[in-house]
Order: sequence, then structure tokens, then C-alpha cells
Amino acid sequence: MTITITEPKPITFAAPVAGLAGAFAGLLVGTAHDNPLLGLAIGFVLTAALAFVWLGVFRHERIARWVTFIAAGTGGYLLAGAMGALIGLLFGWLIGWFIFWLGEGRYRAKLPPYTTAQQVFYHFAFRVLCGLIFFFLITPIVVVMPLSFNAENFFTFTPEMLRLDPAGYSLKHYKDFFTNDDWQQAMWNSISIAPVATMLSVGFGTLAAIGLSDEHVPFRRAIMTILISPMIVPLIISAAGMYFFYSRLGLQGTYWGVVLAHAALGIPFVIITVTATLVGFDRSLTRAAANMGANPVTTFFRVQMPLILPGVISGGLFAFITSFDEVVVVLFVGSAGQKTLPWQMFTGLREQISPTILAVATMLVIISIMLLTTVEMLRRRSERLRGLSPG
Amino acid sequence: MKLTTTLLATTALTVAAVSAHAQDMANSLTLVSWGGAYQNSQQKAYVEPYLANNPDVTITWDESSAEAVAKLRAMDEAGNVTWDLVDVVASDAMRLCDEGLAMELDHDEMLAAAPDGTSASDDFGDLIVSDCFVPQIVYSTTFGYRTDMVPEGTEPPSSVCDVFDLETYPGKRALQKRPIDNMEWALYCDGVEKGDIYDVLGTDEGVDRALAKLDTIKDQVVWWSAGAETPQLLADGEVFMGSTFNGRLFSAIAEQDQPIAMMWDMQSFDLDGWIVPAGLPEDRLARVMDFLSFATDTQRLADQAAYISYGPARASSAPLVGQHAELGIDMAPHMPTDPANATNVHIYDYEWWADNRDDLDAKFQSWLAN
Repeated sequence: MTITITEPKPITFAAPVAGLAGAFAGLLVGTAHDNPLLGLAIGFVLTAALAFVWLGVFRHERIARWVTFIAAGTGGYLLAGAMGALIGLLFGWLIGWFIFWLGEGRYRAKLPPYTTAQQVFYHFAFRVLCGLIFFFLITPIVVVMPLSFNAENFFTFTPEMLRLDPAGYSLKHYKDFFTNDDWQQAMWNSISIAPVATMLSVGFGTLAAIGLSDEHVPFRRAIMTILISPMIVPLIISAAGMYFFYSRLGLQGTYWGVVLAHAALGIPFVIITVTATLVGFDRSLTRAAANMGANPVTTFFRVQMPLILPGVISGGLFAFITSFDEVVVVLFVGSAGQKTLPWQMFTGLREQISPTILAVATMLVIISIMLLTTVEMLRRRSERLRGLSPG
Repeated sequence: MKLTTTLLATTALTVAAVSAHAQDMANSLTLVSWGGAYQNSQQKAYVEPYLANNPDVTITWDESSAEAVAKLRAMDEAGNVTWDLVDVVASDAMRLCDEGLAMELDHDEMLAAAPDGTSASDDFGDLIVSDCFVPQIVYSTTFGYRTDMVPEGTEPPSSVCDVFDLETYPGKRALQKRPIDNMEWALYCDGVEKGDIYDVLGTDEGVDRALAKLDTIKDQVVWWSAGAETPQLLADGEVFMGSTFNGRLFSAIAEQDQPIAMMWDMQSFDLDGWIVPAGLPEDRLARVMDFLSFATDTQRLADQAAYISYGPARASSAPLVGQHAELGIDMAPHMPTDPANATNVHIYDYEWWADNRDDLDAKFQSWLAN
């Protein structure tokens, strides 16, 4: 993209836009000090003034950015100690880069030269919006992680933690999780329930999807709707229904009761993902296999299964996570002997707000990320092997 | 492999159940309680000694006391009561008793007498508020405040009416999201004599008056529903003062070293205790009765006070209350029933609330929503 020539932009444009970024940062800092509006105003004025000075009075990019970086760090330190310094340095680095990115017109470098000002605006407005959504989605999860290393027994950022003092941090909540019988029991319950429920969901769900994809099956749509209903019906209703039904069968409060209930919740996910992969499955392949003497079972395992495997795996993953995260149904169908991790977290949150819950949450988030990454990598590998993607 | 383990476990359970039948006593007990420090005190004071005497027994905890009434109704309807002994507050015990979901007990026959021979019903005295209820502890709902948030040059708050005084004590307050206690405190601080509170509250004008008083602090109130919330809010500095169960405040102050102080004025006494679900099979009932009699004897109730600052329900336990099991501090001064703490208490009227609860709940909720 060497065609695009970047040229310096007027200060009257760069300074207010940089000011807006500063205003957002000021809003966050101001909210922390119980005065969001003042923070907003100060952030805007300071950053706009800074942009004006660097672009209009002293335009030496390297020096200016270093000065901004160090000054913001010092300011942060004076305001809020070590943590403030860290945030200040980050802010200084970002805003220094941002001012010159705007002022030198570098933001146009990667866009085609014929884009109008309006298109450039939409291009970046879209990215800013996505960034904000991402920020608000991810922050609550990220905030939990440092809190789980709290040395206190409350969900509180203590002054020691904010000073980055090692005394404010501890692994005691992780230790509590691994030594406390209640948590260990809950973990083993979750680990023994989720995989079995997943296997049942995958088995039944895959078979149902294959059967329902055959056009000769009568009442396909009705059957499909019924099988998918656990996903649509509010969970509390399924849970209450299962409670009374399982009680009469003597399954309420048993291991298999919870496994069956979770399998029922997981089946819709498997059906939907497998049905989706079956759309791309060429039925003549099964006929070809039959023509070569393979019986239906062999055909299924040797021909059909490998081709729809990505759908089966992702359905199974969803079923697993459904069972692993589920709290409503297990509260009804399970008894104290089947207390799963989410159940333990639920009662823990209500009865004693202990950061052990945060330690568990942190570990669960990490496990989920690893699980999804593994599956995604496996999927890409299989696509590459089958030549579906150029990877 | 899982299947094998489960099958083995099931077989083991069946064998256990058969051998238990021989002694006419089931060998497993499901106890329902509140979780947290309170359940821990029960575990330490009753369950561990009981298991030491009866090594064959297994005890499972279910932290469902908060929904005990709803769950017992559902279990009853489904004909499948899986709980053996349920820890509930006195008002829930009365409701369950009225609905026939809890078993009526003969306290003298079922429970141990005091060491000096006083019968159980005399030892518990007035605290037996229902025929189905075996009281364990007296607790109170009272206020705690952040000592470092008291405005400079001001006396720390000492009266419940300081909660309604936003000028002297500015800051957020945590109150329980229910009319009980809040309405009484509001009327008391609006100048109603303690003895007249329930008479005034019985009229529509009285309800409006209480809500109007609460209106004066409404925008500064954080409403809580679980006992752990106020200590968290106080520890965080989110609120200046807040009501919660006195044991929770004790734990935040003495065990967690938070800058919080107690305000015992107009503390509201309440009771917590066991009920036995109605219709248990005979072998399970026999085990429950054996445990219940052990767990509510004079020594066990006194032992419990070493783990949590709630007053034992038996008069004969009070002199035996000793020191905190870990901190070694004397527990008596931290009991809600200690004379120094109980100079001005609010006696919560069970019967009045049983009659008026639904009505006031509705009014309170619609007030909250406005």
C-alpha cells in the first residue's frame, strides 16, 4: 500500500480527537474517584493541550513521546502509587503514539487512497465500537483474576494490592480450594458427571441428527422441535418438571438422575451442530460404501463419522460446558451428594463471600480457554489435512 | 470405570442400608443448614463428636436452609423427602409446622435433660416457639459500622436512629431487603414507643409512617439478601453502616481484623433451630432422634459458642460458654444475650409477623419498586 501518502493533519482536527481519547481515560479515573464528569473534563483538556503542544509548538516525535510516557507515569505515581504509575506509563505510551498517529495522518496509511473522510470515520468508528464492546465484555472476567490472589477474605482490592506489595497477594484461596473437602468433593462430582453426560449427549444427539436428516422420516420437524425444546424452554421449567418426574422414578438425588438431566440439556447442541455438518455431507458416499460391500455400521464409522467429526466434537464441547456450568437443574435434580462446582460456587456466594470462589472461577476460565483453543487447533489441523484450507 | 465405581457405591450403600436395618437405625444423615461459619460451628460442635462416637454413620450437608420451606413443599408433593434434619429460623419452623411438613415433637421425651435434671422444655423455656422446633441458638440482627468512616469530630454512632441520621453520619447503609426489623426500627426512630410498635404497624397509617421514615434514607440504602453481603460491603468501604447477623460481624471484626465496630442498640433477637421433616421412615427417624438428642444437649450447645458468637438456646449452656476455639478470646462479651449488649433490644413478634407478613411484604416490595 505504498500508494497512500500520509500527510500531516491540522491541529484543529488532531487535538480534539486526541482529547476525546483522553476524556475516556479521564472518565475511568474520575469514576474511581467518585467524580466521573470532572475526570472527563480534565482528561479532555489535558490531552487536547498536550496534542496542541506536541504538534504545534514542539514537533519532535521521539522526544515528545518519551516525555509523555515518563510524565504520565510520574503523574500516575503521584496520584495512586505503584499501580497508578503502571497505568500512567501505559496511558502515556498510548496517548503519545495516538497524538502523532493522528497528527501525521498515519491512520490513512493502510486505507486505500480514494477513501473519503466519511469512510475513514466509519472505518475507525466501527473499530472503536468493537473495542468498547470487547472491553466491557472482558473486564468483569479479568478483574476477577487479580482478586483471586487477595490476601484478605473479601472481594476487595486492598491498599497493599494496589501498591503491588507482595504482602497483599497470596495463594491461600487456591490452597483452600485444593485442601477443602467441600470444594474437592464438588470438583470430583463435576468431573464425574460432565463427561458421562457429554458421552450420552453426543451418542444420542448424533444418532438423532443422522436419523432426522433422512427425508423419509415421518414428523421430522415435530420430533426435532421436541428434542431441541430443552434449549428453548426456560431452564427453571425443565428443572421443576424433571424434579417431579425423576422423583417418581426414584432418580431424583442420584448420580444417574443428574447425568440424564444434563444429557437431555446437551442433546440439542449436538443435534444442531451435527445437522449443520450433515448439510455438507454427500449421501452418495454411503451408497458408494454400500456398493463396495460395507454394512451400515462400517459405513457409519469409516465414512460418515470422520466427515462429520468436527460437528460432533463442537457439539460435544458445548454439551460438556453445559453440564459443567449448569446450576439450576442440578439444584433440583441433585441432592447434596451430587453437589457440583457451580452449585458449590452458588451457595458459597450466598452464604460466605469467599475469594475461593474467584480462585475457582479463574481456574475454570483458564480451563475453558485451553479447551476451546485445543478444539480450534484440532479443527484447523483436520481442515489442513483434508486440504480444505490453505493453512 | 465410572460405571463400576457407581455400581460399587450403590452396592455398598445397599449393604449399608441392609445392615442398618438390623439395628433399626439408618446409617446416613442428610443435614440441611446455612453454610459458612455457622454450618462450620455445627460441624465442629455436634457432627464431629457424634461421628467419633458412631463411626459407621455418614453425614452429608446440604446448604439449602434459605429455601427450606419451598424445597420441603416440593419434596412433600413429589413424595420423596431426602432430608433428615433441617436447620431453619423460628418463623420458617412455624410455617412448616402449620403446613404439616415438620413433625411435632415431645421435647421432654426426645431431648436430653439438663445436667442438673431440669427437663428440656424448662431448659429451653420460652424459646420453644413451636411444637416442631428445637432451638439451637439465639442470634440477633444488628448494625455494624466502619470505624474509619465516622466523620471527624463526631461521636461514633451508638443508636439505631443514627442509621436514619444522614446529616451527622453521611454515607451508604446496608439494610436487609425485607420489611421485618426495618419497619420496626423506622417507627422506633420516628418516635413510637417500643411497646406500641406493633400496634402502630398494624394500621395502614403506621405502615405509611414507617415507609415514609425509610424514604428519608432510601437513596442511600444498599439492599442485601444474604448474610455475607453486609460484611463484604463494609470490608470494601462501600457502605458506612449495615445490618446483618451479629455472628457475621463478629467474624469480620475478630477473625478478619476489619475496621468495623458493633452497634448493639435495638438489636433484633431471633432463633434458629432444627425441625424434623414429617413422614420419615422409621429407621431414618430413629437415627435423626439419636443425633438430635446428642446435638442439642447442654454441652454441645455450649461448645458451639466457641466457634461463633451466637447464644446457646439452653439456659444451662450459658455458664459453660468458654473461649473462641482459635483466637482464645472470651466469647461471652460477644454474645447478643450478654447484659452489656442487651441493654436496649427489640423483641421480634413472631405471631404478629406470621399474620401480617404477606401483606407487608407486598407493600414493602411495591415501595421498593417506586
